[in-house]
Amino acid sequence: MAERPEDLNLPNAVITRIIKEALPDGVNVSKEARSAISRAASVFVLYATSCANNFAMKGKRKTLNAGDVLSAMEEMEFQRFVPLLKDSLEAYKKGQKGKKEASEQKRKEKDKKTDSEENDKSREEENEEEEERMEEEETKEGEGEEEED
Amino acid sequence: MAGKDGSGKMLDFTDSRQVSLPISRVKLIMKSSPDVSNINQDALFLTAKATELFVQYLATYSYKKGTGRETKCLTYGDLARSPEECDTFQFLADILPKKILARDYLKLLEEEEKGDEGDGEESDDSD
Repeated sequence: MAERPEDLNLPNAVITRIIKEALPDGVNVSKEARSAISRAASVFVLYATSCANNFAMKGKRKTLNAGDVLSAMEEMEFQRFVPLLKDSLEAYKKGQKGKKEASEQKRKEKDKKTDSEENDKSREEENEEEEERMEEEETKEGEGEEEED
Repeated sequence: MAGKDGSGKMLDFTDSRQVSLPISRVKLIMKSSPDVSNINQDALFLTAKATELFVQYLATYSYKKGTGRETKCLTYGDLARSPEECDTFQFLADILPKKILARDYLKLLEEEEKGDEGDGEESDDSD
């Protein structure tokens, strides 16, 4: 299924922001220029994908991986991007790992809690309930007094 | 992180582990490519990130080389010149055609027709 590049656009607002922040302060960008850059970006993705896919196929793989994309960058003569991309990827992976570990940690703690709670829960609950009841009675009396006043 | 520091320096303004471009859209474009079956998460991230770097690079390169420096404006013309000024942007030649005044184009056509007169064929491609 071949789709024309014009049908696969990237959001204008984001593209505009990236352009504005890359250029010196106070520089304007014509609407035509913005739209042209947006088209160029879509074509870039297509070109990079096609290139990366060649590397994947060479490796007899059906799934594009990070290495394929980096090789594509070199092939396309965008080697200048590679160091920054590698750093970004590391930071990204750490972030993903951190998220995964955090949610796993939460799950572990939850499991731990339920285990120990099941053992001590009944005892604790009884104690807590007693305390609560005592407190309630105290406050009730207190409130009662206040209300009357 | 985000924000201009006023010096006009090119910064990697994003938190490097994030991208501003929507990954889903990037994925959509990638999947439209023939013969592509699957793309792993890291590859998606890298492509989106590379596209951001590309946008920055194309914009700053075209601006530097363009006449816009005097007028402080990046125009389409600046971009259209980039494929011929830089081999790396050659792949954009077809989608960033140079603009030409109608009268100059008609002149070109006339000259071509004069040259073809010997063939006895007249191609009138006026759109």
